This record gives sequence, C-alpha cells and structure tokens, in this order.
Amino acid sequence: MKKIILYLILIVTGLMTIAPFLWMISASFMYDGHASVYPPRFLPDIFTTIQYERLFSRIDLTKNFFNSLFLSVTVTVISLFLNSMAGYAFAKYRFGGKEKLFKFLLSSMIIPAQVTMLPLFLMLKNLGLINTYFAIIIPGLANIFGIFLIKQYVMSIPDSLIEAARIEGASEFQIYSKIILPLATPILITLAIFTFLGTWNDFLWPLISLSDNSMYTLPVALANLMGEHTKDPELMMAGSVITIIPVMVVFVALQKYYIKGIMLGSVKG
Amino acid sequence: MNNKNLKYSAMLFLSPALLAIFAFFFLPVLAAFVMSFTDFDIYSLNHLWRVRFIGFENYKKLLDDPVFWKSLFNTFYYVIIAGPLSVIVSLCAALMLNSKLIKFKAIFRLTYFMPVVTTLVAVAIVWRFIYHPRFGLFNYLLGFLGIDPVDWLGDPDYAMPAIIIMTVWKNFGYNMIIFIAGLQNIPEYLYEAAILDGANKFQLFRNITLPMLAPTMLFVGIVTMIGFFQIFTEPYVMTQGGPLDSTLSIVLYMYREGFRWWNMGYSASIAFVLFIIIFLGTIIQFKFQKRIFG
Repeated sequence: MKKIILYLILIVTGLMTIAPFLWMISASFMYDGHASVYPPRFLPDIFTTIQYERLFSRIDLTKNFFNSLFLSVTVTVISLFLNSMAGYAFAKYRFGGKEKLFKFLLSSMIIPAQVTMLPLFLMLKNLGLINTYFAIIIPGLANIFGIFLIKQYVMSIPDSLIEAARIEGASEFQIYSKIILPLATPILITLAIFTFLGTWNDFLWPLISLSDNSMYTLPVALANLMGEHTKDPELMMAGSVITIIPVMVVFVALQKYYIKGIMLGSVKG
Repeated sequence: MNNKNLKYSAMLFLSPALLAIFAFFFLPVLAAFVMSFTDFDIYSLNHLWRVRFIGFENYKKLLDDPVFWKSLFNTFYYVIIAGPLSVIVSLCAALMLNSKLIKFKAIFRLTYFMPVVTTLVAVAIVWRFIYHPRFGLFNYLLGFLGIDPVDWLGDPDYAMPAIIIMTVWKNFGYNMIIFIAGLQNIPEYLYEAAILDGANKFQLFRNITLPMLAPTMLFVGIVTMIGFFQIFTEPYVMTQGGPLDSTLSIVLYMYREGFRWWNMGYSASIAFVLFIIIFLGTIIQFKFQKRIFG
C-alpha cells in the first residue's frame, strides 16, 4: 500500500515535470492558431512542420543556432584548457600563499556576475569588441568554479606518478598533458558539459553585449522573437524546441558525468 | 629539478587563468565600485572626461526611489517564498527516491532533472503560454480541482506566485541530486541502532537525517539563495517586470537603468546593493543554520 502511494506521487510529479515539454513539442507541430484551444491538445490535430520551415527560412534562426553552437564549443575548449592548468597548479604545486589565494578565489564566488557587467561592457566597447564573438568568449576564458572542480579531482591523483615522470625527464608541461589530463578525463567531461550548457543557456550577458540580430545567440534571438509573436504559440514553441533539443541531447548522453559533477561540487563547497 | 623551477612552472600554469579572472572579473568589480560613486550616464559613454565623482549621491537617490524599493520588495518576496519552497520540494523528492521500496530510480531522477538543464529563456516562453488565462495548460489542470481560471501573468497579485511556481518546477531537480548524495552518505548503522532503541519514523528523520544533512543543507541554502537573488530572465521574458512593476526584480531594474537608459553610475550602485544583500544573506545563513542544526 505504502509502495503504491509512493509510486503514485513519483509518477504524478514526473508527469507534471514533463507536461510542459510535451505540450511544447506538440504545439510546435501545429498550424497557426491550433494551439490556442480549450482544452489544450497534447497531440497536433493536423501535423505540420511549417513552423520550423518558417524559423529556418524566413526568420533565419539558422544563423543564431550556429552562433550558439560556435560560442558554446569555443568557450568550453578554451576555458577547459585554462581552468585545468590552474586547477592542476593549485592541486600539485607548492608555492607561498597558495592556500590564501585559493580561499580568496573561492570566497569571491559570492560576488554576483551582474556587478561586473557595466565595467565589462565599457571595457569591451572601448576595445571595439561589443557585438562580436569576443564579447562572449573573453569573460568566459576561465572561471573559479572550474578551477575548484579540477583541483578537487587532481588532488586524488597520486604524487608518485608525477615524481616518477620527473625522474624520467618529462617536462612539467608533458606531465600536465600526458599524465594529468588523461587521468582527469572524467572531471574534464563534467566541466565541459557544465560550461557548454552554461554558455548555451546564458541570457543576460549576451543580451547586453550582442546588438545585431545576426550576432544573437539562440536565447537572445528567441526572447527578441517573443516580442513580435506574443500571439503565436506554435511558432514560439518550435523556436523553444530548437533551443532546448541540443542541451537535452548533450545532457542525456552524458548525464552520468553531469550528476557526478554536481555531487563533487557540493562536497566541501 | 629544483624548487625554484617548480615554482616557476606553477606560475606558468596559473597565470593564464588568473590573469583572465583578474582582468575580466576582479577589475570590473573594482571598477563597478568606483562607478557607483560617479554620475556616469549616456553623455559619458563616449566622453569619459565628463564623469564626475558625486560621493554617495547614487545611494542616497536609491533610498528615495520608490521603484527601487518595489524591486527590492519583489526580489525578497521571491527569494523568501521560492527558496524554502524549492528546497523542501527537493528534499521530499530526494527522500522518496532514496526509499528502498522504489525501483526505476534512475528514470525518475532523469525526468525530475530535465528542467534544470533546459534553456531558461525557452522554458519561460513555454510557461508564458502555459499560464495563458483562456487556453493555458495550468488553468486547465486547476479546473479539475474546481479552481476558476486565473489571469496568472496579467494580475499583479498572481504574477509573482506564477513565477515562483515555475521556478520551483525548473530548479528542484538540482538540489534533489545534492540531497540524494547527502542521504547516501549517512551510515546505515545509525538508523539500525536507533530502531533498536525504539525510535519511530519521525524521530529517525528529526534526530538522524536532518542533523546529518546539516552541511548539505547549508550548501544548498546558500547556493539557492545566491542564485535566486539574481532573478532576471523569468520576469524579463514572461512579464517584462509587470503588471504594475509587480515582478520587477533588482537585476531587471539594474539592467533597465544601466543598459536601457545608460544611467550606469546609478545602475552600478544597484548592483552593489545586490552584492551587499547576498553577502549579508550568506553570513546570516552560516550563523542561523549552525544554531538550528548544531
């Protein structure tokens, strides 16, 4: 009996969690006006892909899709490189003031990013980088959470491996690239997912720093489109599907790493 | 290899990331602090020499600005309701999924987690239509419970609750995962010993589960609070801060003042008030939670 009630609650919660997604997908395959009905439809009455065709041809969301993809991949690759080097240094080298520096970095994580946005905007504007890809890439070069995550993981790699490599004459960079990086692959994947999803989903900073339709990332383009199409749920749902599908694919494919990362990030946070 | 060379390598490994963080995070924070004491506005954008220091004028102006107070009230309303609510939902979900009676845990976990990874802008747009007063899914479901249709996003009394409900839906999966990890770290023998001593279910929860979860609770509380104080996208996409400024948040107001009207000095002072609030909130949670959970 108790078991049945428990399952019932879990299933109802599950349905409530996915209902908005089901409705979104269903409405995205409808003709104009067919989603504005009572009661709401969970299946299209007449199936059509016209909303997607409109988005890709007339509205040209393709460009925005590739902006998002390019920026998310670029930021992920670069920040993974910088964060892993710094994380490794914090984990395995001894130098004066290391603990203090690390504590200082960690505690500055409570500073909300919004504080930096006004000066960052002016800085990039003076460099002529507003409304370019650099406006997104530069603030994403490195981040404290990433360094923290890598450091936690690399600390568990035994020092003896590093010592042995040194005795055999490996350079410090070789140790990092040939020993540490391969051993740290799981956490690198985790951090890569975090960064990719974070960049893909980010809204406020791209909204501020990109000003042309052709430069917009998907979320900014979508929010902009919403302004003109408040009465077109079918079109907007198709846009939402296009925005959400890539992150869902990445997440479902690599969820094991993602969830481990959250748990690791919460230990000793 | 000697110590000096190792130190040199450490610096080489550290400097790219630290330089980036210094130049594009710490420097802007300091600059924002300075800016908040200036009259930086649209005329200063291309003529930096026009900027003047005006002391605490921006902060004084904030105190007399009813819209700022409104945004402050709204943000606190949101954080104080949505924060604990989402933590409670997360904890309940984690407790259920930690039960030995349940199978298919991975599927439930994956489902509950789905909203967390999805793009907030897209999800906010979906919910904007779900809250449609006539055709929306939400009112339709409430109809089964005998509740009359509500104009969720069009009514100043309901717009913030609507955003809170969506927030809980979007975020509970994240803390749920952290709670599950916390629950799995509680050693089984504690429960076994207590059951031998005749403890009931509630006593087990109150005297073992909660105290053992205290560090997790502190982490979840602080991270959730910091995140929720920065609410921006939901009102921007769903209500534009309306109706009647009822969902105008601190960050939305900061964005408007700074990037719509280019009152950047004033906007910087709003950003700093947000920072101070988050800072104090973090300290209070540290003190407060220590007292509750020991």
